[in-house]
Amino acid sequence: MAANPRNRVVIVGASAAGITCAEALRRLGHAGEIRVVGAEPDIPHDRPPLSKQVLDGSWAPEKAALISGERRDRLAATLQLGTTATALDVARRQVTLDDGGTLPFDEFVIATGVRPRLLPGQPPAGVHVLRTLDDALALRADILRRGRIAIVGAGFLGLEAAATARHLGASVTVVEPVEHPLRTRLGRSAAARLLDLHRSRGVEFRLGVGVEATDVDPAGRVRGLRLSDGSAVPATVVLVAIGCVPNVEWLESSELEVADGVVCDEFCQAAPGIWAAGDVARWKHVSLGRTLRIEHRLNASEQGLAVAQNITGPPAPFVPTPFFWTDHYETKVQVAGVITADAEERVLDGDEPNSFLHTYYVDDRLVGALGWNAPKALMPYRRQLRVGNALARR
Amino acid sequence: MKSITLLTEYCVGSGACVLECPEVFDLDEEGLVTQIDPDPAEELWPKIRHAAAVCPVSVIDLVEA
Repeated sequence: MAANPRNRVVIVGASAAGITCAEALRRLGHAGEIRVVGAEPDIPHDRPPLSKQVLDGSWAPEKAALISGERRDRLAATLQLGTTATALDVARRQVTLDDGGTLPFDEFVIATGVRPRLLPGQPPAGVHVLRTLDDALALRADILRRGRIAIVGAGFLGLEAAATARHLGASVTVVEPVEHPLRTRLGRSAAARLLDLHRSRGVEFRLGVGVEATDVDPAGRVRGLRLSDGSAVPATVVLVAIGCVPNVEWLESSELEVADGVVCDEFCQAAPGIWAAGDVARWKHVSLGRTLRIEHRLNASEQGLAVAQNITGPPAPFVPTPFFWTDHYETKVQVAGVITADAEERVLDGDEPNSFLHTYYVDDRLVGALGWNAPKALMPYRRQLRVGNALARR
Repeated sequence: MKSITLLTEYCVGSGACVLECPEVFDLDEEGLVTQIDPDPAEELWPKIRHAAAVCPVSVIDLVEA
């Protein structure tokens, strides 16, 4: 083993992409050292349940753990938590950590993910983001205590949290600058239908307006939002869910190309022996013909796996069919492929009243498919997209 | 001895396993994972491992003693 020059793998980022990569490296036969460095102090946890089961209290926090203790033991990797990488020296092949240490490596995986965007200025008490387990528990406590929440941003995270807040009995107002939220993600009719579903459950929307300022009480706690149309929304609990930015500042002094994520080739390689996976990776998708940075849960697993395969074996281009799911009340929405603005939408009603499929075509070629409470019915379209992906590569 | 355990209570119906290994995994009427081959052949195990690895909620637990 000492003679093997690709012996030591360091992975920075202990969430879905990093952990999946570490497990896959072992499974694929990597026998050298694996060290996973994670900024969050807790045992790695999954994020999709944070806006649903953890926020609504139906799951104890431990249930959201990314891998069990038994799997962590089987991993035979060093998990260094509560530690942030601060610099990368590509030439000398070492990473500097905030505890002052440096780690040399033979192969390096960047899986540092994204962090929530904030409103301008110092956030007053009562203003929350939702990314970590601590965020979810603090938000839950505040919603239960106060019974009223204003959510800034009608994206998937904001709306999932809205549904959960309604389930907890809170009154909910969602503020969103875009007049027709999620149209570019779900297509025109499914986006409208999702908002109608929320309205039917008592969520109030203020669309086409932005937040100008937060109103703060003498104790320093938020008491309302002042909107761009001059109106105000009273709220002592606010969730800011306006998207995320990739955690790449620590790489600015490295020679890696950083442009809305770590820029990689089609193999997810940023430089020889330096890889990126998950929310932070902007890689070249040779079938779609452009670079992509995907913030979906499934992509973290698939890309972490692809990087492990490329480290341990002959590199293959990473050409996934993008897929995400989002759950609101009892409705499960799933989208595969990419729904572009120019795509032709074809509606297929399901056997049940609250179930349907939308398929999207460009020049008669299937480019995307949406299932609304139709996971099984969506599968043939996902298979077709996968095959189409593989063919387009040639 | 090899075994496949499905922690179905976590399944979100992503279908990633079905795409990787349709010989062994499918979605039931509720859209949750179900094992359709009770005793998969040896040649299928690389795909089974890939399906378990790619599952976004780690539903598929493999034991390969």
